[in-house]
Amino acid sequence: MIRPQDDIHNATAAADVEEPSSAVLAAPSAVVWKPLNWAKSNLFDSVPNAIMTLLAVLLLWEVVPPLLSWGVFNATWFSADGTAAACRDGTGACWALMGEKNRLMLFGVYPYDQHWRPALATALVIAMLATSALRRFWVPALAYAWLGVVLVVAWLMWGGILGLRYVETPQWGGLPLTLGLALLGIVLAFPLSIVLALGRRSNLPAIRAVCTGYIELVRGVPLVSVLFMASVMFPLFLPEGVTIDKLLRALVGMTLFTAAYLAEAVRGGLQAIPRGQEEAADALGLPYWRKMRLIVLPQALRLVIPPIVNQFISCFKDTSLVTIVGLYDLLAATKASLADPDWRPFFVEGYIAAALVYWVFCFSMSRYSQWLERELATGTRR
Amino acid sequence: MTDDAPVVELIDVQKWYGAFHVLKDVSLSVRKGEKVVVCGPSGSGKSTMIRCVNRLEEHQGGRIIVNGIELADDLKAIEAIRKDVGMVFQSFNLFPHLTVLENLTLAPLWVKHVPKAEAEDLAMQLLQRVRIPDQAKKFPGQLSGGQQQRVAIARALAMKPSIMLFDEPTSALDPEMVKEVLDVMIELAGEGMTMICVTHEMGFARAVADTMVFMAEGRVIETSPPEQFFSDPKSERTRQFLGQIIGH
Repeated sequence: MIRPQDDIHNATAAADVEEPSSAVLAAPSAVVWKPLNWAKSNLFDSVPNAIMTLLAVLLLWEVVPPLLSWGVFNATWFSADGTAAACRDGTGACWALMGEKNRLMLFGVYPYDQHWRPALATALVIAMLATSALRRFWVPALAYAWLGVVLVVAWLMWGGILGLRYVETPQWGGLPLTLGLALLGIVLAFPLSIVLALGRRSNLPAIRAVCTGYIELVRGVPLVSVLFMASVMFPLFLPEGVTIDKLLRALVGMTLFTAAYLAEAVRGGLQAIPRGQEEAADALGLPYWRKMRLIVLPQALRLVIPPIVNQFISCFKDTSLVTIVGLYDLLAATKASLADPDWRPFFVEGYIAAALVYWVFCFSMSRYSQWLERELATGTRR
Repeated sequence: MTDDAPVVELIDVQKWYGAFHVLKDVSLSVRKGEKVVVCGPSGSGKSTMIRCVNRLEEHQGGRIIVNGIELADDLKAIEAIRKDVGMVFQSFNLFPHLTVLENLTLAPLWVKHVPKAEAEDLAMQLLQRVRIPDQAKKFPGQLSGGQQQRVAIARALAMKPSIMLFDEPTSALDPEMVKEVLDVMIELAGEGMTMICVTHEMGFARAVADTMVFMAEGRVIETSPPEQFFSDPKSERTRQFLGQIIGH
């Protein structure tokens, strides 16, 4: 495995970087057995460390093999007859569940024969998100592309014209609902949060009081109660005969809630901008909104990308709470798909799959924000 | 160089920070093309006074009239005055997220709505004038302090102001960079710009000032031509101050 001739070279180079110790160079035999050497100096260099290492190995030994045998080696991947019989016979995970129930999990109660519509809509949105993420596509045409995609997605989801059957919003569900709520919630909450943050720092007492009051009020209650308010209490105040779509009410609830939290993150950024920046803009005669848009916000928002993305991720996961007002988001749809008595024993696999979908989206946001921070910092740091 | 109409006039200006009376009966009259150098110990209110001229600070009593427009709560009047009054700060206050060129074109583009090509032409001319045209594409953070302050001067000039305010423009600079900034200011003075300059650079004051103003404890103690100011100041307080800063 290790050829002494080659390894001397590598070890020398590595030793230069890792540790200035000349002992490694002085003893050729130690160089040859570098992995052992490494283990000795990193894993067993003291008694407590040796104990920790042994404990860690023991823990891994206890956890990993059973997990692998459950999740991979003994797992049932396919169900030949469309029932859970094969799974009940096996001892491992029942991934056949995904084969049978994936459409229900992904699209909820959307009419079964129309599932291609939400699938296509979701794929379109994800493709657009991926495109928008890249700097080379940050051109005005992107806005028009989004407008087009939004119209197409609305057409696909609702239908009713151009040969598609009408599907009302209570039937929407699964991943498209989660994605749509999160995305629209974020897109609407973000500008609102900027206005709130600016308002909270305004010189005008009335505006400051309204914004501060709003933020403190909304931050003081759980999202669940905001959603309840939006879906149960709010209609009571509407005139007879007027109804507002349940999905829309949930979206408004999510947006208002997220905006309050985002506003505080944005305010943090605003406070970090030196007073002199605004003074310089004032001295040049820039009116308030242009000063904010051109000078203050570009700097402030860049500073608070981490907490903003934090809030976006929160918002994405919080969409799972809309289940309490009777909407079937990804998690609720997963739960519903497990209602089938035949498959019910395999709920763990179902939830793992749902968790994986959430994780993929949240992790992507997290990685993207790190890239964005670096990208936007180019050339501007001292 | 100077004619008689005052372009900046402060009449018995009063200002408080809370209970602290920062400006007491401050009066000052600046004619077109006049160069006024304001000096005084720290905390004497000289920066506050100059910042009142373009309403970065609000005064609570007296009157301030700039180009015939009285400064009050009228936002339009304030914006009109700011368009015509350039300001250079002690700490430069360049916009760090914009390139040097963008710093210069921003206000012409967004306040005066000058076409982009024209704004960039003007910006390049100004950078030439402050002797750093080769830095146009850099960000402020990549320049030295002296270069940044020259960019800041160019940025103010890009609005083609008729009055320039300098608030201790060389105080934050390393000693070897002071001269390059003063040279630009002296050149500007030679072109007939109306200037109000808060500074302790007495060499500069001797070279360009038409009028010296000495402030202490929120009051204008002395206003006199530089020859008299430096050789035979009227007040004892001025004499003390000059002794302190020139003695070193």
